[in-house]
Amino acid sequence: MTDAAIYATADRSLARKRLTTFAAPAVIMAYLTYVFFAFDVAGLSERVSVDNMQTLVSDTYSYKVHVARDNRSGDTEVSIEGERKGEYPEGTSLDWVDLGDTTRVDLADGSYVLMGETVTYDIPGYGTVTATPGSSGVNATFPAGDIPEWINASKNRVAITTDAGRLTVTRNRTEVFRYFYGWELFFFTLDSPFHGKSFAELATGGQYGAIWNDFWSNKMWRHSDVAWALAETILMAFLGTFGGAMIALPLGFIAAKNFTPLGSLRFAARRMFDFLRGVDGLIWTIVLSRAFGPGPLTGSLAIMLTDIGTFGKIFSEALENVDDKQIEGIASTGAKPMQRYRFGVIPQITPVLLSQVLYYLESNTRSATIIGAITGGGIGLLLTQAIITQKDWEEVTYYIILIIAMVMAMDSFSGWLRRRLIQGNGEGGH
Amino acid sequence: MTSAADAPQTTTDIRTDYLAQMRHKRMLNLILLLVFAALMVSGFYTADARNAGGFWNGWRQMLDFPADVVGEAIERAHLLPGYLLKYLPSLLETINIAGAATLIGALIALFASMLATRGLAPAGWLIGPVRRLLDVLRAVPEIVVALVLIFLLGGGPVPAMIAIALHTVGALGKLFSEVNENASLKPVEGLASTGGSWMQQMMLGVVPQVAPNYLSYALLRFEINIRASAILGFVGAGGIGYDLRNTMSWGQGKFDEAAAIFLLLFGTIIIVDQISSHFRNRLTHGKAYKDKGAVL
Repeated sequence: MTDAAIYATADRSLARKRLTTFAAPAVIMAYLTYVFFAFDVAGLSERVSVDNMQTLVSDTYSYKVHVARDNRSGDTEVSIEGERKGEYPEGTSLDWVDLGDTTRVDLADGSYVLMGETVTYDIPGYGTVTATPGSSGVNATFPAGDIPEWINASKNRVAITTDAGRLTVTRNRTEVFRYFYGWELFFFTLDSPFHGKSFAELATGGQYGAIWNDFWSNKMWRHSDVAWALAETILMAFLGTFGGAMIALPLGFIAAKNFTPLGSLRFAARRMFDFLRGVDGLIWTIVLSRAFGPGPLTGSLAIMLTDIGTFGKIFSEALENVDDKQIEGIASTGAKPMQRYRFGVIPQITPVLLSQVLYYLESNTRSATIIGAITGGGIGLLLTQAIITQKDWEEVTYYIILIIAMVMAMDSFSGWLRRRLIQGNGEGGH
Repeated sequence: MTSAADAPQTTTDIRTDYLAQMRHKRMLNLILLLVFAALMVSGFYTADARNAGGFWNGWRQMLDFPADVVGEAIERAHLLPGYLLKYLPSLLETINIAGAATLIGALIALFASMLATRGLAPAGWLIGPVRRLLDVLRAVPEIVVALVLIFLLGGGPVPAMIAIALHTVGALGKLFSEVNENASLKPVEGLASTGGSWMQQMMLGVVPQVAPNYLSYALLRFEINIRASAILGFVGAGGIGYDLRNTMSWGQGKFDEAAAIFLLLFGTIIIVDQISSHFRNRLTHGKAYKDKGAVL
């Protein structure tokens, strides 16, 4: 080749390189622009629900206590999050609620609401709002001037939202929310004698059985149900992964070239793996939940079927890379076929198989959460249920934290097991 | 370690010693195996007991639903091409969710991985926090983020895209930073000596070395993300998964449409798998990149 020709080739290859360097970002930009319009990202700002965002954020670190007065009977109830399970038993006194014919509710900023036949709320920096609910409506009066936008007033309903709390008055019901920090009733519900006691009091008081029992059967946070759900999710991952591996191992031998001389058998096994992997976990979950109904068994089987495909492929590839020398060595001592497999093949592939299987154990814990959300089992189900109610966001946060902790724990557990087992195999003979 | 340093051992001693060790080891292995088997069996029975329908009854019905679907699909086979066409836009949306999420996730992962690699990070104290962040992103299942975002942003493809992209950042960030560890630092030093900024050192010194491995991992992620995108559709995030749930809930008589969706999904996954594994093979075993120590 002449110098000129070499220069020309170099120029051409440089020009091509330059083109790709500029073309690749341009293609990426073009694609993202297309997606921007296809997904209507611009219209997202209209769809974003700021209210939902506020509820979600404030719910995760605070809880509210409802003080509600039935305007027909005049009865007043105090309950956490307005739930029957969180109702304060009659006779409990809270230092910010003064129950009576006219109930006085102190709010965090020093203002208070008087709830009786007439509701009075003296709002700092605005003025006094009164309302007298009756058959003709709520009959509210406001200070002179325009009604600000944090007050929502109509004939039959008045809602006032301030930083300190929220007051709603309708004909039948007057309700005040006051916000507090934390997750209330996380350890004990109100009907438990241990509610409100400090850790030191509980630790020195004995009665550990009763304390545990009250915590475990907490009706608000359902600790025992949550623990079962986590266990179910891990069970799905465990059964699915190891069950899949156990079924895939013999099939892997059938799909490996050096163990199955019969081409058609090999072909059939491989296409089966492709099919099992190609039919996604989602489809397996749907098909199986039709037969077995919702629950952890369905999830386990769905993970198992997908994993048979994945493991079968990995195992057969590992088997094809087995070193023949070791098998020949074993054969030269007069070993029978079974012994040749046992001492010539298995020790070679165990580290590869184990490390793959344990790696999938972690990723399947995540899949089990997702499958649980679809088919109804484990922590995935609890999470979707909590999200669907659209109000128990502190529970959603709690479950999300538990899920992250569970996946990370499974990750480090499988990593630890991998190091232990594979190291152990390397040390000595079998 | 056996009782070594004492008197010289006879062959018999060594042999008894060895056999004793072997027995011990076999015993341990047997116990481990028994524990494992017990866990599997009891786990199976627990799962069976807590499931709505039992295994032994369900086993016989397992083929009923596929048979229904296939039966209806064959019965109205002439409608199938129409259905395939009808659900093509949804399929495209599912693929786009996966594609955009992979792309955005990979781009963010690229920078995150540089920040998480010793020798490349502009500040050493960043490495720990960035790695922990990647761990958390990886640990959160996509569905968790997607469900929360659907509540905030309404249904549609964007929540799914963000959810998958976040998970992708975590998964690819870790793999990328493992690739970065093997990258030679010489080009980076060379660029630094000429006064190149950190950005220039990374883009011109590191990325060309690691691009093939990055691409290969990103393609594998794309495969995984298509499956994830279909699943998220099923919980309300748009795309083919959403259609699948709707056709399924119509029940018997509409399973021919479900069959069309199954076919589309199955076909897409197989085709993307094939294409991506072809390109990954070229990227990692190609002539030009052979000596780079490809991982996949």
